[in-house]
Amino acid sequence: MPNIREIFETMEYGPAPESAAPVLRWLDERDRRFGLYIDGAWRAPVSGEFFPTINPANGQTLAQIAQADAGDVDLAVAAARAAYPAWSALSGHTRARYLYAIARHLQKKSRHFAVLETLDNGKPIRESRDIDIPLVARHFYHHAGWAALMAERLPDQAALGVIGQVIPWNFPLLMLAWKIAPALAMGNTVVLKPAESTSLTALAFAELCAEVGLPPGVLNVITGDGRTGALLTKHPGVDKIAFTGSTEVGRIIREATAGSGKKLSLELGGKSPFIVFDDADLDSVVEGVVDAIWFNQGQVCCAGSRILAHEGLAPRLIAKLKARMETLRQGDPLDKCVDLGAIIDPVQLAKIHELVERGRGEGAAVWQPTWSCPTGGSFYPPTLLTDVEPAATVAQVEIFGPVVVLLTFRTPAEAVALANNTRYGLAASVWTENINLALEIAPKLKAGTVWVNSTNLFDAAAGFGGYRESGYGREGGLEGLWEYTRPRWQAERLAARPDLPQKTSLSQDPPAPAAPAAGPACPPAIDRTPKMYIGGKQARPDAPYVIEVRSASGRRIGEVGHGTRKDLRNAVEAARASSWPRANGHLRAQILYYVAENLSARAGEFAARLHALTERGLDEGAREVEAALERLFYYAAWADKYDGQVHNVPSRNLTVALPEPLGVIGVLCPVEAPLLGFISCVAPALAMGSCVIAAPSERWPLCATDLYQVFDTSDLPAGAVNIVTGRARELAATLAAHDDVDACWSFVADDHQLSQLVERLSTGNMKRTWVDHGLGRDWFDPKQGQGEEFLRESTQVKNIWVPYGE
Amino acid sequence: MAGTRNPGMPLDLAWVHDVRENLSALERRAQSIPGRRSVKKEWQAAWLLRAITCMDLTALNGDDTPGRIHRLCAKARQPVRQDMLDALGVGDLQLHTGAVCVYHAYIEAARRALADTTIPVCAVSTGFPHGLSPLRQRIDEIKASVAAGAQEIDIVITRAHALTGDWRALYDEVAAFREACGEAHLKTILATGELATMRNVGRASLVCMMAGADFIKTSTGKEGVNAIIPVGLAMVRAIRAYRERTGVDIGFKPAGGIRWAKDALVWLAMMKDELGDPWMRAPLFRFGASSLLGDIERQLEHHITGRYSADFRHPMA
Repeated sequence: MPNIREIFETMEYGPAPESAAPVLRWLDERDRRFGLYIDGAWRAPVSGEFFPTINPANGQTLAQIAQADAGDVDLAVAAARAAYPAWSALSGHTRARYLYAIARHLQKKSRHFAVLETLDNGKPIRESRDIDIPLVARHFYHHAGWAALMAERLPDQAALGVIGQVIPWNFPLLMLAWKIAPALAMGNTVVLKPAESTSLTALAFAELCAEVGLPPGVLNVITGDGRTGALLTKHPGVDKIAFTGSTEVGRIIREATAGSGKKLSLELGGKSPFIVFDDADLDSVVEGVVDAIWFNQGQVCCAGSRILAHEGLAPRLIAKLKARMETLRQGDPLDKCVDLGAIIDPVQLAKIHELVERGRGEGAAVWQPTWSCPTGGSFYPPTLLTDVEPAATVAQVEIFGPVVVLLTFRTPAEAVALANNTRYGLAASVWTENINLALEIAPKLKAGTVWVNSTNLFDAAAGFGGYRESGYGREGGLEGLWEYTRPRWQAERLAARPDLPQKTSLSQDPPAPAAPAAGPACPPAIDRTPKMYIGGKQARPDAPYVIEVRSASGRRIGEVGHGTRKDLRNAVEAARASSWPRANGHLRAQILYYVAENLSARAGEFAARLHALTERGLDEGAREVEAALERLFYYAAWADKYDGQVHNVPSRNLTVALPEPLGVIGVLCPVEAPLLGFISCVAPALAMGSCVIAAPSERWPLCATDLYQVFDTSDLPAGAVNIVTGRARELAATLAAHDDVDACWSFVADDHQLSQLVERLSTGNMKRTWVDHGLGRDWFDPKQGQGEEFLRESTQVKNIWVPYGE
Repeated sequence: MAGTRNPGMPLDLAWVHDVRENLSALERRAQSIPGRRSVKKEWQAAWLLRAITCMDLTALNGDDTPGRIHRLCAKARQPVRQDMLDALGVGDLQLHTGAVCVYHAYIEAARRALADTTIPVCAVSTGFPHGLSPLRQRIDEIKASVAAGAQEIDIVITRAHALTGDWRALYDEVAAFREACGEAHLKTILATGELATMRNVGRASLVCMMAGADFIKTSTGKEGVNAIIPVGLAMVRAIRAYRERTGVDIGFKPAGGIRWAKDALVWLAMMKDELGDPWMRAPLFRFGASSLLGDIERQLEHHITGRYSADFRHPMA
């Protein structure tokens, strides 16, 4: 060891270790062996099987963790189920007290949790101490508040029930907090499965919950590998799955839960762009890159792993980055003077190495600092890849390590195109001193979070979550609460119908036609041939076949085209090309009012058509038309009023939550109210600026096809609404699988398999789904047939962080 | 001081206007430095000793007298008790501060007190702290101070030039000061607490360097906000930019409000990471401080004895 005199000359940094002794003692006191936390008690796993958890910085075993199997999962879900009625019935204030107590205890023991996290995960103690754990406490404080405010702010929402939560290893306790805090605040009970390589802080948290007196069964922690997670996600006693992890596993979970009626939120992978314009503060950009990709060794789902630099400044930026990389310090994660710790395990390390070599093989210039990377644990040095083109593997796939690629652009438009040239859409970072440019670019980026002149900022008050294959659902803020609640009427209906959701079909075929009624006396009426409506034009089906439409009693009313894949393909292309998303709210309102005006002018005709189809009487038909008009007015009213929020985060910036149009939505419309149901699905999507591919009900599509003349006369831009008639299942299969459709809704209550089909086939691009699982809706009841739920499903929230100050 | 002096360069207004400072990003970086860089045990002791050698031990008070300046100089010559230096294994280093810093009136007293040492005398000048006396007088003040034996001159800039964006006026003023300095080294005090924005700090730093400053310095110690890390970052990045463009190394002096040993370590870590090891030594780095030394002495004694120290155990300045 050098002496003071020598150091006085060299002015080197020395070791500054945080002591692990108190935490190791804590582990020893538990015999370095942890059971499962179920129903407020610690139990050995049914299997008796344990596995080691390793310190990635030195390869040493820290403790033995229980491997939960099906029996354990059953017990945990049963405990959560048993605890649910009492917990959800507590007043918001009472739940707030529990969450507040959890937050306080976390703060009191913050160093314990920080050291334990660093030991188990390998992240630098600076990060666990200064970032992870403070955010964890903040999350519980913030959601204690939401528990107290739930009755007032979400009066028509109810808890879901038992939540199964599966979290990753990169931010073990923080992801736990993001999952548990809102779930408990809204009155749900939880079964949580931490990642098998980082279970320790979740187990310590379970201990903490016992200390604060959280009622048994409200939180259950089961440990184990992916098998345990799979058992939990498939468990029939779970009402919702919340998952953070890879897109690959998210896809498996979506498939496994399809048709089960479980609510699902997924926070998946990313390849987030980090855009540097030529007027940025370049030295601050360099520190931004440090925070973007060398935070947590780059094992961050929203890591800014793709630098998009203006071509003219790229050489300067690269030089500055290399100089900065030389001053980064990597080593023992418990050392208070390191910037990078260890990679989670040798498997991940090998994957990073392999991808970097692949990048090199594909022509990238690989640069690493001259200092030598530590050995003896899973360490990988900070790495910069230049000469990377969009076609390179390393520019497309998530590396999940301290590796950043740099590409160049010429113009702002090209920067946006490159930024969006990815399947992912979790986050983005924009660097410019020009507010005009920043605020122009931010809304154009397909990402759930956009940081202006900053990166990796998080707070409990701001929603976080992805676009595209980065998943759906938000965590944090008001927008996160919807993931843990459902409309009260649905909760009540589900309670009354324990058979739901149904997984079998009631009838696969439309009702058998009755004997044809006697034809009309001559002369015959002029034949009307409803067509498809695609891109603002009436279009014949690609394959000219027709489907007969019969009335309730079986009387033949007419025919519609039998739409196929190609009609839907055309419709999606028309929707993509539509100018509708660029129409402002006021204009969208005007056009919806105009649709109502023109429908009203033909009210008698539509009432007659409804009567002819449903044979419920002309009065009933008139009532449905009237309800449809009211609904159009309702969404016209909303078109310029569904505002975003400015979130109250603790740092000095505007954090703006923008509800953005979801994009292109495919809708399978309900049959029970052929006109009102169609309008109820299409109008909210239009009001929010999305475009729609609507499949009218298979049985009674004629009201919808009659509507295109109304649309044509109402100044609705081409492609905003596209109508494709046909067999619901065929249309659903194509729409749900289409990779350029952003969401697929199904309200065909009499065919429950459609819900399953849509959810299962949505995994290609991980599109959002909204299906009815056979629950049905009373479209005439405003609580069920309209409301903000429809607006939320028509939009996705983007949080834009704009720090300010000169 | 640095071997080769800054020759300056013509005022490059395009470069000045190109300066960008993102306040929020600077603050985030500043905030993370203490968390990222921790110096403990032997390293901490060594770094604190180094901090002493970078200190412009300062007395700039209305009630200073020749006797008080003598005490200050005695402390500059022997900043730490010899028994402590021996215990730290650096007893033979003849450790002393980087300079002493006084008003013109006490240059003579300081020079005599330091006559047999290499410790330079630094004088604040040009109508310190506000710099609003007639230009002629300010130039004459520099000349008088140099004539009286000051080897370093800390001037204050006319804040109005920076606040109104009259960079030509600032350049001309500093260039005139530099000329008046002759062989004496020129430190330009920006009084950043009165420059309103980080962009002004960055631009003023650059203009002073173009005009020939050997050092840029944050504060007089008399402004409402003195040396803070975000401002320091903006200034050292300007030094880095100037070096990248001209190859010339400019020194940096944070001054005012640096009282604690812990703060000194953060400043040193920032210099090491942003500019490199040469900027951790007196030729390119100085603290302007009066009470910092006392805390460093206490921390050093704690390192030696393991017991927390008290101020009265250390000789005062």
